[in-house]
Amino acid sequence: MKALLATYTHKLVERGLALADDIHFAAREAEVVWNRPDPARELEAIFSGISISTLLSAQPAEPYRTLLDSLVRSQPHPLQARDTETRTFLHDLPVSPTADAETLLPYLRRRKGVIAPGPRLITTGTVTPEQAYIVFSSMIHAACVLYCLDHLDRRRYSALSTRELREFDFIMERLPPSPSPPPALVRGPFTSEDAVLAAVVEAGERTVAAGLVDSYFGNVSCRLDNVIYISQTGSSLEELTGCIDACPMDQSSCAGITASSELSAHRRIYTETEMDVVLHGHPRFAVILSLDCPERPHCPDAHRCHTHCSREREVHGIPIVSGEVGTGPFGLDRTMPPAVAREGAAIVYGHGVFTAARRDFNTAFQRLLQVENTCRQEFAAQVRAVSRN
Amino acid sequence: MKGWCGKILTVDLGTGKTRTLTPDARTYSRFIGGRALAGFFLGPEVKRHWLDPKLPLIFMTGPLVDTLAPTPGRMTIMSRSPLTGTICDASVGGHFGVQLKRAGWDGILITGQSPHLCGVEIHNREVRIISAAETSGMSPGEIRQRLGKEGSVAAIGGAAEAGVRFAGIVVDKHYFAGRGGLGRLMAARNLKFVWVRGDGRTPVYDSRELTAARRDILRLSAASPVLQGELGIQSFGTAALYDLMHQRRMMPTANFRRTRFPAAGQMNAPALHRRYRPRSSGCAGCHIRCKKQDTAGRSLPEFETLSHFSALLENTDVEVVMEANQICGTAGMDTIEAGSTLACHFEILGRPPDAKEILELLRATADGSRQDLGQGAARLAAACGRPETAMAVKGQSLPAYDPRGAYGMALAYAVSTRGGCHLRAYPISHEILRKPVATDRFSFSGKARMVKIAEDQHAAVDSLTACKFLFFAASLEEYARALSAVTGLETSAQDLQAVGERAVKAERQMNQANGFSEKDDDLPVRFFNEAGTSGGGITVPPLNRRDFLAARETYYRIRDDRIAGEEQ
Repeated sequence: MKALLATYTHKLVERGLALADDIHFAAREAEVVWNRPDPARELEAIFSGISISTLLSAQPAEPYRTLLDSLVRSQPHPLQARDTETRTFLHDLPVSPTADAETLLPYLRRRKGVIAPGPRLITTGTVTPEQAYIVFSSMIHAACVLYCLDHLDRRRYSALSTRELREFDFIMERLPPSPSPPPALVRGPFTSEDAVLAAVVEAGERTVAAGLVDSYFGNVSCRLDNVIYISQTGSSLEELTGCIDACPMDQSSCAGITASSELSAHRRIYTETEMDVVLHGHPRFAVILSLDCPERPHCPDAHRCHTHCSREREVHGIPIVSGEVGTGPFGLDRTMPPAVAREGAAIVYGHGVFTAARRDFNTAFQRLLQVENTCRQEFAAQVRAVSRN
Repeated sequence: MKGWCGKILTVDLGTGKTRTLTPDARTYSRFIGGRALAGFFLGPEVKRHWLDPKLPLIFMTGPLVDTLAPTPGRMTIMSRSPLTGTICDASVGGHFGVQLKRAGWDGILITGQSPHLCGVEIHNREVRIISAAETSGMSPGEIRQRLGKEGSVAAIGGAAEAGVRFAGIVVDKHYFAGRGGLGRLMAARNLKFVWVRGDGRTPVYDSRELTAARRDILRLSAASPVLQGELGIQSFGTAALYDLMHQRRMMPTANFRRTRFPAAGQMNAPALHRRYRPRSSGCAGCHIRCKKQDTAGRSLPEFETLSHFSALLENTDVEVVMEANQICGTAGMDTIEAGSTLACHFEILGRPPDAKEILELLRATADGSRQDLGQGAARLAAACGRPETAMAVKGQSLPAYDPRGAYGMALAYAVSTRGGCHLRAYPISHEILRKPVATDRFSFSGKARMVKIAEDQHAAVDSLTACKFLFFAASLEEYARALSAVTGLETSAQDLQAVGERAVKAERQMNQANGFSEKDDDLPVRFFNEAGTSGGGITVPPLNRRDFLAARETYYRIRDDRIAGEEQ
């Protein structure tokens, strides 16, 4: 357990999510084990109040600390974000008024994480430290998306204080910079399973390194003959070795039951196009712009954009489609593949970006990068535009 | 108090008398329903022998039954096991729970012994005990047909009447309350069936909130590859797991002497679907609809059945699997125990069976002409002086996950309160299916607490009488919202976890009262002495005995902790 705590503590720091000297991370089997010799004693009381196996408490690194602080001040509690991670897994972002265990426990009895004063994020898991890490990271992603949307809306429709404008500039300056084009990825066409697996692993690593996805979301696949090689559900895209399922196109085996929840969507792209690879990330500015619809205040379907949006939306020619994770009556496997077949890329509302290409991952990766950078520039342009008005 | 009927029916088959129990609100909120509430009523009587008519056979629904909550059609049947002597409960689907709630009852406690074969008919508040002498030997399907399409029926088949200790209770022809022989106990009371029909509806506290909770759960379900992915349970039934167990080299083969079955690729779920073109059906109100039936109405085998009637018996004929499944379904026999008993039998004989023998011996087991096989693998092996050939825990045979390929599963098998059972903690969820996150399947590290927490969660799920499959995707967090919406009582995931913990503690205490101890929380020696089938980059060594015992010791320490958040 000590090793797992060290791994995820390192990830928090490496991803810029928290500062190394402020992370309190614990796992419990028979005894509670901490990542540091001087854990906050208040946190130990949480273990006796709920049945969990892991607990993480950390103040987010900048700029997430400032944006969380701003959200906690300006938004009703719990915070209601509209991104897919929140809608599907987190439901909302609870805020506790104080940081003592007695106050925190009721929140943690209901949800996997809570925003405590500081602000600090406190997250839990029932299996391994990985869960607490994923919840922490997802809460930051959700908060970031919510902050940017809220700020844009308030610039449009109400006045912002000088403090809020300064905060925004501070946050934008400190967000990770736009990723620059990477060196070329391995070139196709791929003619062997080993070559495909190596290419999928590389594409996953690069996508995470470029900040185009939080490592535990997104998925990658490549088709070789009649087999789709796709990342497994819940796998870390930066560590895909051994976590890729081979799924026959003719569905003659169910061994891929552990494949990504988007296998059906990938298969449909391969069935309906000549594409050889599919790449999916959750880059935040694409997610933000997909949620920013000028018609929303007047739209009768505003409470269910993610499933019922009937408008043809796009950002600089990149289609935005509705669709839920996976399958089901509103699954993105029905909406996204036709858009990707048409344009080579699509943004799924509140969720992320899918790209597809022939031969290898170079074009798909460049397109994913381009979509995110375009969306980031467009967001900045919109902020400037409303500022002038 | 919405969600619950507030009434539990007691029926004494010996005197013909009925009574109504009215548990107080605190009892309902502490035990909810299903497994925990059934355990609450079983506890005071649990030291009675399973043949003692005063030992109750309990049918128990929960507050979510007959509501909009996802998978609202399940219930628990519970008593002591004729096979193992432990407590025995089964979560079963179909429409019985829904009809019972609509009739105005949260549950039924059946005691006494009828002087002749009888049936119980419940129509709303009206309860009748009727003669069922003419139904002797009938299959659950025939009973269903005889009673008509209205209502729902829980019945036993001929195997229970013939003395098979692993005979189950079958609801609405297709839904099995299996494993520990509750059907045998029902036969001992001369009770052939319980039929129920209700005309009411279960009131809900906040329908809008329940709709929102349902939407959250269905969203997670749709996002789950195991549930609703194109290769998942919705498409292929639980047999979808067959390829995975084969690929991970943990498919019990030749009575667990090997862990890989070379013919698996030709007997998998897609092969079954190509051959039998099944249609889907499911429990009341379920959106997954995991049951598959061929054009002749035969059920396609569940994963455990497919695996044990193929790999465990080294049978490569898929039609034999179909027919074996049909024999067990018609007679009302648990397929895991039936397959395991034959596998044990043929290991003792020193050869694998041929296809004809499998079917002949199953028929002979079902009609009572092979009483030795009807006692289950553990008794058979002991009677033959070869106890080591029974792949069982506490006298109940192991399902189709080899514990050498998933160490959490190994520990969960050992400490299960109803003997060799995969469903108490189902560590396969994280060790193989990667949910909620993946863990190292060849390590005991952290598994003691994972098993303990999962046991509590699963007991909570069984007490909500929800379907365990749905918890590959959803969690108690979403179900707490549904429960609050139905009942109007504020609750949380951790509150439900505590209900589960209470239930498991009570079950362990009940087993201890009947003489079960640490020595029974163990696995067959084969798993510590013999390796599985390594290859393809996967090494399957024997379990390390010392590591297993250390994990079990840690589990005991954790299990003895006070319930989180609860005063002593």
